[in-house]
Amino acid sequence: MKNLILIAALFSFNSMAKVVKPVKSNETKEMKVERVTKSLAYFEEMTKVIQHPRCLNCHPGGDRPTQGMDMHVHQMNVQRGENGDGSVGMKCSTCHQDENNASSGVPGAPRWMLAPKTQAWQGKTKGQICRQLKDTKKTHMTLEELIHHNGEDELVGWGWNPGLGREPVPGTQKQFGEITAQWIATGAECPKI
Amino acid sequence: MNIKINGKIVPITSSGDTPLLWVIRDELNLTGTKFGCGQAQCGACTVHIEGSPTRSCSYPVKFLGTKEVTTIEGMDDKITHAIQKAWVDNQVPQCGYCQIGNVMTVKALLEDTKKPTDKDIDNAMGGHICRCGTYQRIKAAIHQAASSLA
Repeated sequence: MKNLILIAALFSFNSMAKVVKPVKSNETKEMKVERVTKSLAYFEEMTKVIQHPRCLNCHPGGDRPTQGMDMHVHQMNVQRGENGDGSVGMKCSTCHQDENNASSGVPGAPRWMLAPKTQAWQGKTKGQICRQLKDTKKTHMTLEELIHHNGEDELVGWGWNPGLGREPVPGTQKQFGEITAQWIATGAECPKI
Repeated sequence: MNIKINGKIVPITSSGDTPLLWVIRDELNLTGTKFGCGQAQCGACTVHIEGSPTRSCSYPVKFLGTKEVTTIEGMDDKITHAIQKAWVDNQVPQCGYCQIGNVMTVKALLEDTKKPTDKDIDNAMGGHICRCGTYQRIKAAIHQAASSLA
């Protein structure tokens, strides 16, 4: 967490778009080693968010979301459904609204739904998750869009504002966006495993 | 603010954060909808918002805007009557407390799925807890209602 804050402090969120640039073709071997090392370090920081139960719960490998820090299967036989937003008769929005509900304790954020199956993270290694994130056919977004998704999307942002005593994911969403930008700017390298 | 409920626009004085269930029961005196757990975990408070089953105990009334609420008191159509008959024929309720919520979800299920399978029913109805354990009769009644509408 300390590393994440330090790294994030080095960069401005406003400069995010500018840092998405192709790696220079004339880099030396030493430059490449340094760049790859940095990129892997950025991704390692990203996984502290990505692999937090608060995020993994809605990136299940199968058709059932999980809940809680112990990631137990979502109560009430909740299913992914055809569009990732629940079954006929029991949509995510049957219970989850646009904000956390203080009286009932039910969490909420805009567009509450599961990540697509192509972005299943549970049961995947860091390397597998990384390669999924770079596969635009699986993310349905460009790498630049991924920066804004990670750094600004309201549903992603719920992870830092989970409500009612739930443990938030580490850092801030702004830092997550900044680190995503730096990972991409350094070549979006992925761990082998 | 005004809300649209069972085909009428009515004024309410509750604050925006008030759960819809409290407005329905305490302010509008529509007591068919029940308070069960207050945590969206039992399904007793289910109403329709724009036709979709929604747990009214966990729905701040400020989110309604122009969306229409339908409670059990506003249900009066072919599907609802088929459900009603199937519920009577199968003697579904025991204490009956949870049945209003169940019926609201069944209506939405049959609107979408003309011939639901057991799996369709399990997926739709999993959020309704019945203290009396009438689940098998609920399932049988859903199948009967669907058949009668075919």
